[in-house]
Amino acid sequence: MSRMAQPTIATDHGHSIDPARAPRDTALAIHGLTVSYGEKPAVFSVDAAFKAKGMSAIVGPNGAGKSTLLKAALGVIPRLSGEVYVFGETIRDARARVAYVPQSASVDWDFPTTVMDVVQMGLYRKVGLLGRLSGPVRAQARECLDRVGMADFANRQIGQLSGGQQQRVFLARALAQDADLYLLDEPFAGVDAATERAIIGVLKSLKDEGKAVVAVHHDLATVRDYFDHVFLINVRRIAEGPVETTFTTEHLQATYGGRLAATHLDELAVADGAR
Amino acid sequence: MGAEFVQFSLTPVLIGVLSAIACALPGNFLILRRQALIGDAISHVVLPGIVVAFLLTGMISAVPMLLGAAGAALVAVVLIEAVKRLGNIEPGAAMGAIFTSMFAAGVLILEQTDTSSVHLDVEHALMGNLESLVWLRAEGWHSLLDPSMLATLPGELSRIAAVCAFVVVATLMFWRWLKIATFDEGFAQALGIPSTALGLGLVVVAAIAAVAAFDAVGSIIVIAMFICPPAAARLMTNRLGHQVVWSAVFATLSAVLGYVLAGYGPFWFGFEGAVSAAGMIATVSGIILAGACVFGPHRSRVGVAQQEAR
Repeated sequence: MSRMAQPTIATDHGHSIDPARAPRDTALAIHGLTVSYGEKPAVFSVDAAFKAKGMSAIVGPNGAGKSTLLKAALGVIPRLSGEVYVFGETIRDARARVAYVPQSASVDWDFPTTVMDVVQMGLYRKVGLLGRLSGPVRAQARECLDRVGMADFANRQIGQLSGGQQQRVFLARALAQDADLYLLDEPFAGVDAATERAIIGVLKSLKDEGKAVVAVHHDLATVRDYFDHVFLINVRRIAEGPVETTFTTEHLQATYGGRLAATHLDELAVADGAR
Repeated sequence: MGAEFVQFSLTPVLIGVLSAIACALPGNFLILRRQALIGDAISHVVLPGIVVAFLLTGMISAVPMLLGAAGAALVAVVLIEAVKRLGNIEPGAAMGAIFTSMFAAGVLILEQTDTSSVHLDVEHALMGNLESLVWLRAEGWHSLLDPSMLATLPGELSRIAAVCAFVVVATLMFWRWLKIATFDEGFAQALGIPSTALGLGLVVVAAIAAVAAFDAVGSIIVIAMFICPPAAARLMTNRLGHQVVWSAVFATLSAVLGYVLAGYGPFWFGFEGAVSAAGMIATVSGIILAGACVFGPHRSRVGVAQQEAR
């Protein structure tokens, strides 16, 4: 089917979107994304398609461009080239449908604010720059805090939280955004086992509600337990697909090169015999 | 507190208070963004701007000097960004390089040109001349109700009052953006908040406050007010809103106490004359900060966290 023959949809900003490249049933569609901080590209010509339902992991070695991919898709950092569509719309039109959990180490936890304040930041798209935080909206923030098991900490200064608690607060803020696509940057980095269980529980419940969850993930041992879709990246896209068929020794070898011992790879990946 | 107070002290105190608040408000966000030095940089680069404006126009009137100062502040911000990006240099170093160079250039121009006939010298640039901003025509408190008398108020007062009001309104209006983008810039951008423009806007508002305050009270007080009241306020509370209110309280306290101490302090200690009000205001703000470091309820936040963990 020729792309030329496809009808196009005009956006608010005058561009036209080719529906074949921006399918509405794909939560996050990325085409030819290239990002560079200096002369070397951090992400080079990457294509990706994350389904509208389910849990996907973005996996790759340090410096492979995992976080960069997320940030560039969100427009947090500029991209050199490429297109990004969220549920068939440009990111500018779809912001209200996307929740973002940055790496918790990326902010200053000494900032003078409380847990509740941080969660209420997630309500920004509902209340706007000058809108009041009404009772029902506040109640919603409290519910989100309850959902991550942090309701008792609402009035705590954020600097007094442990790493795991900070990560839960970030997740509660994302829940307050009430989105259809949740993008998380290393949600399990530096958290305790109880927090990891709590977070994965919330993410799985989001999946059950029909939401899309995409997480940068660094722990290869839990990929198969937590996720159903995996995207392997090392600056370029290595492989993408269901965990059972994509998370293989061969693909991991291609992603990590010599950085993982072969025996280790065999333990982690789906047995090649399954092919 | 009669006619003499209205004539000689009311306007300098008010100008001091308004200058201090106008600088302290943006100072809160500059400090939280680890950009405290920007305030320092702006208040230094204002000097060459004023000198060049004077040389070009040949007059020492407020409007061209304010324009020159604002222009210099913007040039400095652009140069700092350029040095940072092109040289891949750490922001603090880029700021330090630009503002010291520009300030030094201002001092050189000032020395080399004949500005001795007017009241424009290094001392004035540093200290301002708060004590001279008096309301000679006033006859007492009732003058405040007399429109023809109000017209004789020093122009610095209405200018700094307008700028202070502008800073307060801008802070309130963009409160939510400032809070989210200062805490978590990436998240703010993902929400669609224009954080880069907001950051530039903050610097421009700080520059406007610095220029207006510089005109009245000199650069020492500007630097001190950008940093000392907000830093002391941070030690008093763990809520951003409370911190900003505390910073305004400390700024007011510094201005009033500093002015009174400069005028009467030496006399109390048995000396003749008075010391610079601007210098004393900056000193008092530093003493308040020292006090907050020792007595502030949130002075050791790491310690608090450890206590709670136990």
